[in-house]
Amino acid sequence: MTRVRLTSGLGFYGDNWTPVLSAIEHGDVQYVCSDHLSELTLAILHKDRQKDAAAGFARDLLPMLTQLWPAASQRGVKFVLNAGGLNPEGAALALQDLFKTNGWRARIAVVTGDDVLHHIDDLQASGEALAHMDSGADLASVKNELVFANVYLGAQPIAQALAQGADIVLTGRVADAALFLGPLIHELGWAADDWDKLAQGIVVGHLLECSGQGAGGNFGSAGVWQCIPDLSHIGFPIADVSADGEVIISKTPGSGGRINFHTLRQQLLYEVHNPRCYVTPDVVLDMGELTLHDLGNDQVQVRGAVGHPAPAQLKLMAGFRNGWMGHMVTGYCWPDALAKAQAVAATVQLQMQEKNIDPQEVCIEYMGHNSFLGPHAHPNENDQVNEIWLRMAIRTTDKKHADAFPRLFPWLALSGPPFMGGFHGMHAASQLLGVWPALVSRESIESQVRIHMKETV
Amino acid sequence: MKLRLSEIAHARSGDKADNADIGLFAWEPLGYALLAQHVSAEQLNIYFAHLWPSTDAAPSIAAARVERFDMPNLLALKFVLRGALNGGASSSLRSDNLGKTIGAQLLRMHIEVDDAQGAAALQAAQQEINRF
Repeated sequence: MTRVRLTSGLGFYGDNWTPVLSAIEHGDVQYVCSDHLSELTLAILHKDRQKDAAAGFARDLLPMLTQLWPAASQRGVKFVLNAGGLNPEGAALALQDLFKTNGWRARIAVVTGDDVLHHIDDLQASGEALAHMDSGADLASVKNELVFANVYLGAQPIAQALAQGADIVLTGRVADAALFLGPLIHELGWAADDWDKLAQGIVVGHLLECSGQGAGGNFGSAGVWQCIPDLSHIGFPIADVSADGEVIISKTPGSGGRINFHTLRQQLLYEVHNPRCYVTPDVVLDMGELTLHDLGNDQVQVRGAVGHPAPAQLKLMAGFRNGWMGHMVTGYCWPDALAKAQAVAATVQLQMQEKNIDPQEVCIEYMGHNSFLGPHAHPNENDQVNEIWLRMAIRTTDKKHADAFPRLFPWLALSGPPFMGGFHGMHAASQLLGVWPALVSRESIESQVRIHMKETV
Repeated sequence: MKLRLSEIAHARSGDKADNADIGLFAWEPLGYALLAQHVSAEQLNIYFAHLWPSTDAAPSIAAARVERFDMPNLLALKFVLRGALNGGASSSLRSDNLGKTIGAQLLRMHIEVDDAQGAAALQAAQQEINRF
């Protein structure tokens, strides 16, 4: 093939797939590449899996494909999704059930090998230190508390699954942009060492992996966000990519949102750290010479990604149990809303002392005043504030203390300052999970990667 | 003259493990020159000190908490704030556990610039915004 068109699927677990349906029906796309996994998501899926061993995948996979598959199969549109999360095999089983129920046929490929939770000892025995990538800390400090450990795989297994005839490729943890690079490699025949083209492909993936954020969502400062048309019917970004690496980003005709130099460059630099050295499993991308040429009418041409050879190591992201959070939110109305919330925060802290709740950390936020801006919030005149929500959270090693924390609040309704409202019950303690990024040699991981093909009937 | 960054730039922020990541985008080239000249990693280290409440590292170490990357081709500066997210999203006590609003905090920062350069950048930014 000389050109291929890809659309964003979901940008996170919980995203909206209506724009994806529009792209399938009116965007002339051949692939939907769907990113269900933020760094945080595996922590959420871990909690699901604790309750039910068959869970641990992004459950929105099922309602999403229920709605999208009829339109997609009619047009031969294929899917690449990392919705497998911590349990790609379980996701495939659930999907097979869904297809069987509906009498739909598809070839589903499952990519595994990213999950190394039960191979940590083997990896260390073979010489992998798995020290913390940022701090250099020894894994021993958290090893007994690990709840997941997944390595970011690259695009090659996805390309191979497509070459084997998959209609749907289901993965666990892969680099987000690899969901897009996989189909590009497969369709356009890009070599595994054609670094500049692979780099262009990573740019495509990065521009599309956050769905609406590449089309004017979550964009703009004061006076500008209002200029993005019809966010209610936003079109997710679509990439048109040629075999020689020409890239045009656009969106479904008639959809809302905006694709131009400004909205795309915000997404281009999003969460990449060093843009001159963005390390992915397939290529190291340098954006230093990259240009975004605005063609008008929600079309932007992308040129000039430079690629350097793929790294010798892959990134592992592990999660470990890291204490508990107890938290509460309650509201105060004028008069003196802020002063009253402050007084209650002081009262609760005193109560913690008297009841021997001894947190490692206390977080106090005045929602409506400074929970987002911190010390850079405007110093409100107390009496002009309409209402303030007090949010308090504590970090504890002992779950009992986190559970006890919300019980310090209800009595204040009758025995605290006046005009308290919006008390919506007490929150159960949350397990906090620390994240542990580390590097691991690619040979030890890639030798374990498998592709399982499943037919539905 | 004093400028607020929101008058000449837009921003987006997010997370990677315990690191906050901010893109700061000038509306046009005059504004980019001002950002490059006046918004340093050292300044952000002080401006965002509240994100590291329990850190008592020596100033030389603390200064390395913030890194700046210049992207003139995109009229943008990228900042990485290491260890700024209270342990990272799933370990944080904060409402904004993902650091999404840190970009808004940055846009509220003021810089002191040359009067003529500032006025020209303000006008050019407004023209670009009007064209948006």
